[in-house]
Amino acid sequence: MSAPCDVVIVGASLAGLRAAEALREGGYAGRLTLVGDEPHAPYDRPPLSKQVLSGWVRPQETFLPRLHPIAGAWRLGVAASGLDTAAQRVDLADGTALDYDRLIIATGTRARPWPVEAEAGLGGMHLLRTLDHAAALTAALEAKPSRVLVVGAGFTGSEVASACRDRGIEVTVVEQGSTPLAAVLGPVVGGHAAILQRRAGVDLRCGVSVTSLFGDVQGRVRGARLSDGNVVEADVVVACLGAVRNTEWLAGSGVQAGPAGVPCDAACRALSADGAPTDDIFVCGDVSHFHHPLAGERRIALEHWGNAINQARVAAANLLRPGSATNATALPAFWSMQFGANFKSVGLPSHGEQVMIVQGALETGRFVAAYGRGGRIVGAIAVNQAQWLPFYEQQILAGAAFPPDWRVVDQPQGATPQPAGFPGATPGAAYAGA
Amino acid sequence: MSETLASDRPQTPMQAIMDPASRADPYPLYEQLREKPVWHEPDGSYVISRYEDVARLIRDPRLSVEPQNSPRGGQGLSFLNMDPPAHDRLRRMTMRHFGPPNDPGRVEAMTPALEAMVTSLIDAVRGQDRIDVVANVSYPFPVTVIADLLGVPREDEPRFHAWAEGIVQSQDRDPREPGRRTESAEKAFQELAGYMFDLISQRKGAPRDDMLSRLVNDDGPDGVMEPGEMISVSVLLLLAGHETTVNLISNGMLTMLRQPHLLQLLKDNPAIAPGFVEEMLRYEPPVHFTFRGALCDLDVGGETIPKGSALQLILASGSRDPRRFERADTFIADRPNNQHLGFGSGIHACFGAPLARLEGQIALKEMARRLVNPRLLQDPPPYRFNPTLRGPRALPVAIDGVLP
Repeated sequence: MSAPCDVVIVGASLAGLRAAEALREGGYAGRLTLVGDEPHAPYDRPPLSKQVLSGWVRPQETFLPRLHPIAGAWRLGVAASGLDTAAQRVDLADGTALDYDRLIIATGTRARPWPVEAEAGLGGMHLLRTLDHAAALTAALEAKPSRVLVVGAGFTGSEVASACRDRGIEVTVVEQGSTPLAAVLGPVVGGHAAILQRRAGVDLRCGVSVTSLFGDVQGRVRGARLSDGNVVEADVVVACLGAVRNTEWLAGSGVQAGPAGVPCDAACRALSADGAPTDDIFVCGDVSHFHHPLAGERRIALEHWGNAINQARVAAANLLRPGSATNATALPAFWSMQFGANFKSVGLPSHGEQVMIVQGALETGRFVAAYGRGGRIVGAIAVNQAQWLPFYEQQILAGAAFPPDWRVVDQPQGATPQPAGFPGATPGAAYAGA
Repeated sequence: MSETLASDRPQTPMQAIMDPASRADPYPLYEQLREKPVWHEPDGSYVISRYEDVARLIRDPRLSVEPQNSPRGGQGLSFLNMDPPAHDRLRRMTMRHFGPPNDPGRVEAMTPALEAMVTSLIDAVRGQDRIDVVANVSYPFPVTVIADLLGVPREDEPRFHAWAEGIVQSQDRDPREPGRRTESAEKAFQELAGYMFDLISQRKGAPRDDMLSRLVNDDGPDGVMEPGEMISVSVLLLLAGHETTVNLISNGMLTMLRQPHLLQLLKDNPAIAPGFVEEMLRYEPPVHFTFRGALCDLDVGGETIPKGSALQLILASGSRDPRRFERADTFIADRPNNQHLGFGSGIHACFGAPLARLEGQIALKEMARRLVNPRLLQDPPPYRFNPTLRGPRALPVAIDGVLP
C-alpha cells in the first residue's frame, strides 16, 4: 500500500484532535481533514459536568489545549452521513464528500435521549454531553430552579447532583440500581456514594425508575411520576441515561459497526465484514470496541479520557508505520469529582467478582477498594486516596493475587472480600460518563 | 558506624558514601551503586539507587516510615515519621495554613518579603572582596524566612541554630544504634521542644499573623492539634525549613561557580530561574537519601527484600540515573520532563517545596545578577558531616564588587 497522503479524521473531539496531532508529530506531511458534527473547536468534556456546572469555569473556557500544529482542514458543524470503503470516500450531511487514503473513525458517543419523544420535547428537559448542553444546563441552574430532578446516578448524574448542591439548589436523584454508581463500582463503594449524596442534602431515590414526566400548558416540565407511585415536582429534569455510540453512518459500509461500537484490533484497525482488520481504517476513543487483556474474551468500550488519548496515539502510529504500536498494554483509568470527593480508578472494577477495602475505611471517606476476579486483582478505586493508585496499577499489571497477600500502611483490620455485586454482565457495557 | 571499624573490612559503595571523605563528590559512588538494583549491606539494610526503583518504592504502601518498622529512619519528627492515617491527618491540618485549597497564594504572597531579605543580605557584603556564601546568604535567608513564617523571633536564631545543629549533624553518629539520636542530640531536641512549647503557649488565645498562631488556634475539619503534636510539627517545620534550603542555595551557587556559563545564563535570563532551580534539585539536591521499612516481603530487581528490612532509597542517585535522564551528569538548565526526586515523592514529598523553590529562585537569581565576577576560593569547599542533608559548611568566594 502506498504511503498515506490524504487522511480524513471523522470526529473532532479529544480522540480526533490528539490523533491529528500525533500524525503531524509523527512526521505526516500530507493532507489532513477533520470532520466534526458540532460547530465548536475541540473542547474538553470532563469539566462540563464539574467545574462548568458549578460555575467555576465558563463553557467556552473548556477548549482543548493544542499540543502540536495540525495544519489541517476543518469541516465543523457537519456530520458524516456515510462511508464507501471501496471508493475510499466519506459522505457528509451537507451533500459533499471527502476522499481519503486513510480514515480515522473517532465519532464517539452522544447522550442517550429521553425515550418518550413527547416528554423529551418539554421545556426544562436537559441532556449533558456537549458544550451546548452544558451552557443550557448552566443557564437553567443560574435561573435558580425550585428543584432539579436527575434521572440516572452514574458518574454524570452524580456530578450534576453535586453541582446543584454546590449552588444550593434542591435536587432529587432517581436511580434504578440499588445505589449510585452501582453499575460502575458496585454497591459497596456505591453505598458510600449514597452516603455522600444524602449528607450533601440530595433527595436520593434508589431502586426506582421514572414512569412518566408531566408538564404544564406552556409545555414546560413540572415533574415526574415514579415506579413506586411517588411524584417528584421539578422544573428542571436532567436525563443522565448513558451514551449511544455514533455508528449509524457506518451502516452498510463494509466496516463492522453497531450499537456496541466499532470493533477494532489491538492496533486500532477497524474490522471488515469477514472479521479481518482493514489496513486503511482506524478507530479510536469512545466509539471503539476492543479486546483488553483484563477483560478476557469480551470486547469492551471505555468512555475514558485517557483511553481516547492513548488509542489516538496508537491509531496514528499504526497509520504512519503499520505494526508500530499496540493498545493492549494500557490500563484503563478514570476519575470523578462529586460532593467534595475525588474518585479515581485503575483497571476494570466492573469486571470484579469480589471487592475488598484494602486501605483506609469507608467511614472516613478515604479508602482504596480492590476488585478481584479469578484470584487476581483486576481493578481498584481510590476515594480521596489517589496517591496510592500507581501501586495498584503495578499489581494489576503483574496479575497479583486477590485477596492480596501484602501488608500496607493504613490497612484495615480484618477486612475480607465481599461479593462485588455487579448486575449481570451487559454485552458492550461501558462506564457512564466522567 | 565508626571510621575505625569501616576501615577494617572491605567497603561497600554505601559504606564509602557514609565516609566524610566522600562528601564532596558522592556521585561516582552512586554510579557504582546503580550497577546493581539492590545492595544488601553488612548492617542488614537494603540500598536502592536506580530511578525507576526509587520512584516506585517511594510511593509503595508496603513501606513504612514509622520507627518500629523503619530501623534506619529517624524518630519523633512528627508526620515525617508517621504512616497514614495519622500522617495524613497531621499533614492535612498543617497544610491548611500553608497553601491551597484553604490558604492559596500564601507562598506566592511572600515573594516581595523574600526579595527584600535577599536584597539586604547582599547589600550587607558591599565593600567586601571576599564573602562566604553560606554564612552571608544561604544560611540566614531561609532561616529568617521560616522563623518569620512560623512566628519564631529572629533574635533567637543563635539558640535554635545550636539546637538544630545538635540534632541534624549528629544523625547516624551513634555507632551502637544507627538512627537513634545521641544523648547530646536528644538534649538539643528536648530544649528545642521546650522552646517551641513556650512560644505556642504564648500564641494560644493571643494570635498573631504567623503559622504557630494558626496551628494553635485553629479548629478545622480535623479538629484541634494536641499540644505534643503541635510541638513536633513546629520543630519539624523549623528544622526542615532551615536544614534543606540552605543546601539548595549553597549547592546551586557552587554549581554556577564551577560552570561560569551557568552563572552568565541565569544573569542574562532571570526568567529561566524556575527551570534552573528544578535542574539544580536534580543535579545537586539538598536531600540525598530517605529511609523506609518493609511491612512485608517485596520483590525488587529479582531479589526478595524480607519483611522487617530497612531500605535506603538513594534519591540523589535516582536523579542522576542515565536510564531516566539523558546526559544525567550534565546540568541542562531547560531540561524537559524533569521529574527529579529532589523533593522525594508520594505522601511524604517535601511539604515546603513551593517555598523552597521560590527561595532558591530568588537567591540564585539575585546572586547571579549582583555579585561582580565571583570566583570560588576553595574547591571542593569544606562539607558538613551529614551525608543525607548534604551541603558545604562554608563557601568562600572572591568578588570584585556588588551591583545595586
